[in-house]
Amino acid sequence: MLKSILAATATLAMAAPAVAQEAGIDAKVNEIFAKFTGPFVSLIFAPLPGTNFPWIVLWLVVGASVFSIYFGFIQFRGFGHAIALVKGDYSDPNDAGEVSHFQALATALSGTVGLGNIAGVAVAVGIGGPGATFWMILAGLLGMASKFTECTLGVNYRNEYEDGTVSGGPMYYMSKGFAERGLPGGKFLAVLFAIFCIFGSFGGGNMFQANQAHAQLANIFGDYPGWITGIVFAGVVFAVIIGGIKSIARVTEKVVPFMGILYVGTALIILAVNADKLGWAFGQIFAGAFTGLGVAGGLTGALIQGFKRAAFSNEAGVGSAAIAHSAVRTKEPVTEGYVSLLEPFIDTVVICTMTALVITISGQFITDPETGLFLLTDNGMIQTIDGNSGVALTSAAFATGFSWFPYVLGIAVILFAFSTMISWSYYGLKAWTYLFGEGKTTELVFKLLFCVFVVIGAAASLGPVIDFSDAAIFAMAVVNIISLYFLMPKVKEILTSYNARLRSGEIRKFAH
Amino acid sequence: MTFRIVVGLDGSGADGQAVRFARELSQSVGECELLLVYVIEWSPFTFQTPEENAERHKRREEEIATAKERVVDPAVAALSSDGIAAQGLVRHGNVADTLDAVARECGARQIVVGRSDAKSLSTRIFGSSTANLVMHSSVPVTVVS
Repeated sequence: MLKSILAATATLAMAAPAVAQEAGIDAKVNEIFAKFTGPFVSLIFAPLPGTNFPWIVLWLVVGASVFSIYFGFIQFRGFGHAIALVKGDYSDPNDAGEVSHFQALATALSGTVGLGNIAGVAVAVGIGGPGATFWMILAGLLGMASKFTECTLGVNYRNEYEDGTVSGGPMYYMSKGFAERGLPGGKFLAVLFAIFCIFGSFGGGNMFQANQAHAQLANIFGDYPGWITGIVFAGVVFAVIIGGIKSIARVTEKVVPFMGILYVGTALIILAVNADKLGWAFGQIFAGAFTGLGVAGGLTGALIQGFKRAAFSNEAGVGSAAIAHSAVRTKEPVTEGYVSLLEPFIDTVVICTMTALVITISGQFITDPETGLFLLTDNGMIQTIDGNSGVALTSAAFATGFSWFPYVLGIAVILFAFSTMISWSYYGLKAWTYLFGEGKTTELVFKLLFCVFVVIGAAASLGPVIDFSDAAIFAMAVVNIISLYFLMPKVKEILTSYNARLRSGEIRKFAH
Repeated sequence: MTFRIVVGLDGSGADGQAVRFARELSQSVGECELLLVYVIEWSPFTFQTPEENAERHKRREEEIATAKERVVDPAVAALSSDGIAAQGLVRHGNVADTLDAVARECGARQIVVGRSDAKSLSTRIFGSSTANLVMHSSVPVTVVS
């Protein structure tokens, strides 16, 4: 059986680069995709009338603000309790061996921390200036309430099967939650969400990652055909998700957090060494947030870039985290909501801010000595010393502190891309099995398709395909936030009951 | 009052020596109960894939069943057939901390474990479970070699 699967995948994998190398076919694929998906992509990323502000970003920010107000700013009131839960203070020793709150949080984080925190932030501050950081932090703080809402529902309405495995996520809370509250359309939303989730997992969670990992490798080793990276990546992904070689995933899951810690640690050292400039950097962030300091679009330019980066990076409101958090076997679904609100905090408020601060402090941006305003390039980006942008800008900024850091960053980018792919293969699989049913063959078809898309993603620069996939991830947010508005009273009910029992002492800390 | 002894098992050859010693001890004490505990090493602070998380409950049940079937139940059955009061227990957690916690929970007066001969790098750096138990236990510990 395994041999035939291997043969089938090898054939598919070999076929993909051959297809990708055919520039004519590439162009044809682009054209067909663009024709059919263009309107959808344009609709999702359409700017609000008279502005260049994408409505989807406003949709996520408004959703996050509504949840923040509705739950009385749970992200601040519940922060301490979230830390206590992650530490295991409220974990019953008799449940040892089940998935812990820490493990669920770490798993969900490895799906979101990645290229967005490194490359995306550099793009945001490269266009929006240091002021974008202020809006990014604000959006990250608001997003914590969205995560709280979706993850509580994810655990509350998950499916637990007889063999002890679980399946959860927005598909389940949409269908079961709407039915429970006597609302129509839950099943329709669930199917729509599952379709977008599958597309998102093939695109943003797979092809985009493979593509960027190849770009990073080409940067280190010089230019070479993308299909080579694709085959290697697909082989490793195949070994993990089909071959069941858990050790590779385990190693990655162990190395990635340390890469994250190393990244933040290095940033902190650079900031400590430049402590005398910290006041100035924060001054730039605040001044830029409200005046723009001469960036393209001024204040609005900084605001759009900050909000956009936070929303794209921490996935709050997208619904993906609800799938990851559903695995925790807790008697209290809201505990997982509490824990999940730490995710946007770590991803955006801490990691993204570190990147932005190091870039600002490293003096990569060129300012006019007379006016103090940034000098801009022809395409509206802030001029940098070596003309860098994206990952190269982050890399150059960190290199001012440690010359060897670009190599570490190169490895980190590849590992982050790989761990994001493993996480999204699971999110996509759950959506797939929701639509087509649980079963070994059904799952195998999805996993094989996933591996093929790794090769395509690394080999070809199928712009429209990737645009479509990114749009699909944000389309998930449209469907998900609609359902959250309808189901948030249920979350409030669960939260009120939990907090009352917490206050009365019925729920208490365990002595460990 | 019943004198309770916790016997830590790990499925290795050292188990037999520990159980034999505890059995002799119990016979010399008189009214005594042995609690045979197998701890599956586990930490809540490890990193796992989403798939591993989804299957965790199932795996946990399988691990407990396997430990009971292969290690704990045969040892309890052998003691019971000789008329010695014995019970079995399987837990997940840090071996040293869990054995100590079980001893405190059931009011045990002593913990008996076999000597570990593992010489892995982590053992050399962080010490074995036995060494950690000896250093931090709240009741007397006997290490049988």
